Amino acid sequence: MTMTTTLTAERSRAQQAPVFHVADEHAHPEGSSTMLGFWIYLMSDCLIFAVLFATYGVLGGNYAAGPAPKDLFDLPLVALNTAMLLFSSITYGFAMLAMEKGRVSQTQLWLAVTGLFGAAFLAIELYEFAHFIHLGATPQRSAFLSSFFTLVGTHGLHVTFGLVWLVTLMVQVNKRGLIPANRRRLMCLSLFWHFLDVIWIGVFTFVYLMGMLR
Amino acid sequence: MPTAMIDTSTVATHPLFGRLTLESFPYHEPIVVATFVAVVLGGIALVAALSYFRLWGYLWKEWFTTVDHKRIGIMYMVLGLIMLLRGFADAIMMRLQQAIAFGGSEGYLNAHHYDQIFTAHGVIMIFFVAMPFVTGLMNYVVPLQIGARDVSFPFLNNFSFWMTVGGAVLIMVSLFVGEFARTGWLAYPPLSNIAYSPETGVDYYIWALQIAGVGTTLSGINLICTIVKMRAPGMTMMKMPVFTWTSLCTNVLIVASFPILTATLVLLSLDRYVGTNFFTNDLGGSPMMYVNLIWIWGHPEVYILILPVFGIFSEVTSTFSGKKLFGYTSMVYATVVITILSYLVWLHHFFTMGSGASVNSFFGITTMIISIPTGAKIFNWLFTMYRGRIRYELPMMWTVAFMLTFVIGGMTGVLLAVPPADFVLHNSLFLIAHFHNVIIGGVLFGLFAGIYYWWPKAFGFRLEPFWGKVSFWCWVIGFYFAFMPLYVLGLMGVTRRLRVFEDPSLQIWFQIAAFGAVLIAAGIGAFLVQIAVSVWKRRELVDRTGDPWDGRTLEWATSSPPPDYNFAFTPMIHDNDAWWDMKKRGYKRPLGGFRAIHMPSNSGTGVILAGISVVLGFALVWYIWWLAAVSFVALLAAAIHHTFNYHRDFHIPADVVVRTENERTRLLSGQV
Repeated sequence: MTMTTTLTAERSRAQQAPVFHVADEHAHPEGSSTMLGFWIYLMSDCLIFAVLFATYGVLGGNYAAGPAPKDLFDLPLVALNTAMLLFSSITYGFAMLAMEKGRVSQTQLWLAVTGLFGAAFLAIELYEFAHFIHLGATPQRSAFLSSFFTLVGTHGLHVTFGLVWLVTLMVQVNKRGLIPANRRRLMCLSLFWHFLDVIWIGVFTFVYLMGMLR
Repeated sequence: MPTAMIDTSTVATHPLFGRLTLESFPYHEPIVVATFVAVVLGGIALVAALSYFRLWGYLWKEWFTTVDHKRIGIMYMVLGLIMLLRGFADAIMMRLQQAIAFGGSEGYLNAHHYDQIFTAHGVIMIFFVAMPFVTGLMNYVVPLQIGARDVSFPFLNNFSFWMTVGGAVLIMVSLFVGEFARTGWLAYPPLSNIAYSPETGVDYYIWALQIAGVGTTLSGINLICTIVKMRAPGMTMMKMPVFTWTSLCTNVLIVASFPILTATLVLLSLDRYVGTNFFTNDLGGSPMMYVNLIWIWGHPEVYILILPVFGIFSEVTSTFSGKKLFGYTSMVYATVVITILSYLVWLHHFFTMGSGASVNSFFGITTMIISIPTGAKIFNWLFTMYRGRIRYELPMMWTVAFMLTFVIGGMTGVLLAVPPADFVLHNSLFLIAHFHNVIIGGVLFGLFAGIYYWWPKAFGFRLEPFWGKVSFWCWVIGFYFAFMPLYVLGLMGVTRRLRVFEDPSLQIWFQIAAFGAVLIAAGIGAFLVQIAVSVWKRRELVDRTGDPWDGRTLEWATSSPPPDYNFAFTPMIHDNDAWWDMKKRGYKRPLGGFRAIHMPSNSGTGVILAGISVVLGFALVWYIWWLAAVSFVALLAAAIHHTFNYHRDFHIPADVVVRTENERTRLLSGQV
């Protein structure tokens, strides 16, 4: 049976009766390009950070007789901050595992924990910024501080938008459960969240650690 | 918005109107007032006509909210055409000013106005003429060429378009409320910084480009996904039509360069609004950083414009020579090599800024290397024509004009790539002549070739050739008259952006250039007449076959205009020239077995989001902080609200497909 079908198919190909259209067609599954599209978006976002890193690289040593990294950075605080963000990535991972198993409330719980870690990260960062500004190390003080605040602040803004998005998704999961559209959205936010982690590791290394060595 | 952060020392701001006062309206400039009156009268007439013919509902339902890539493509073309008229008005005003401002005459434009005009001309022509035209053609043609029913993200496509419109609207507003930048089209600091440009001009520039830039980046992502994911079965990468290939490379360039522009403009806005020191002269800032960053975007940008056009020429040349494209593979590789090299040449825009001999040599050499793949393309087109049965229809005429003109522009480009020569010619009219030579002689000629080529596909009738030929000859001859004198002037050392001249011996060249601009104006006029005449005579010019040029690629396999769903059945591809292959091997159009087709639904969210963005941009330009805050929150709310809509698709019922296809069968048999 199978043999004959294969033979017929081969014969028809050999007889040059080409097929020019798909007769029995199924629509593209919805959202089949979404992950690729979101990846490409992330790469474009990565370029924005590349510009900010490059600017920090060029201008980061221009203190204009103002404070330098050593005068400002408090590494234990930054370590705590980094821990918050890294933990939030792990808990997001747990949320995704729960999602794979189809457990709605567990997913929501881990998402909420992720949100709390993210909020803690932001709070610490805002405290750090406020402290610097209190010391007179404002973004206007020198090109170093301009590029520092912009690079770190842009990352912080991304985390803020991530939090808004996270809350939105929690509401949507609550309303509709883990339907394919919501799973896809959670996957996108997952990529976004881990991407911000990767950027932060760059910031931590390049700005804070290497800043202390300058 | 914390107003304390803003450097308000220079401007007093009103809590309600920001820095917008009665004085912001340029009612003391008669030229602007006259333009304003004309625009208002025209606008009222348009609104009245649309209301009288009850077209608002139709426009909203069928066009503004559409997610159909074909309609969005056409709307991009309309936007490009409207903005071309504005950009060209600026051009001819400059030509006139420079032709008469001799012998103590100040001309008719004061410096304040003239400087805005040359800035607006550059910004509009690149961002709001060339980009919409190129994006429009890619949007229209790519899904058809790859046998898809729409793009990957149809709603995003509509949103991208409206963001581009939003940027254009903000620039047009700057003509009548406040002023536009007086900095040149790339707004170099320190001139563009708050200390030297405290007025609204640069802010209009920033926000117009930021709003349009969102649209451009998203449309780039969209088209990459479309090309990667939505190709018909059998269409491997090396079986894609060349236009699709060049579109892919272009969109890769867009995604890999527009974020750089976005980030750079953010830094400039921080300098202007918050008082940071990225590009200032003191406290460690570096204006050179801006120049580097902006050209890391800017050089790929010119390839974003030219690559799709190379694709158009490839399609046109092989169709009108009746031959397979010569050297398909080398064409693809040349495109990819240009894509990569376009990132390695940015510094040639500022050789004179003191990067040193070795850096200049590196960038000079990479620049010269780009001419190799470009030259390969020219030879491929020539060999495609060689021994072909060439039909000199309008698209082919533009293609030949391009080959002759572009080669001149390319050679002056190689000349400028030699750093020592550049030290002499930098910022001179020679440079202006060079880039107009490649942008008009390349991009614009190609866009015309593309418009004439695909017009019958989009509307079901051809463009009437007589007025097209008038337009062609006016444009081509006008181009040579307008720009060859600038080469001469540049070699004599005349720099760009000058408003008045001392040396009377230069005047004749500017007069010749002005004559050329008048010829180009006639070319634009003839083009508009041609469209009007063609619409008038559309029954005589009708094409029922869907394949008026004996085409080779898939877009010619379907009807003209194509149905909403493009193809009743997804095609299977066996050859680069898929449609040619189908015709040669006796393809029979299926007459039955039609099914319901899954399609995306329309959405008004794109219009709303872009509208709010324009308000946000305007508020930021004028320091109206409360409005900025309100519109920002509204923007977020509208975007989030949109994500709560899960019903974004529908099915075209099978009987509608049957009816549409039967109608086509009837038309096709009537033809025989």
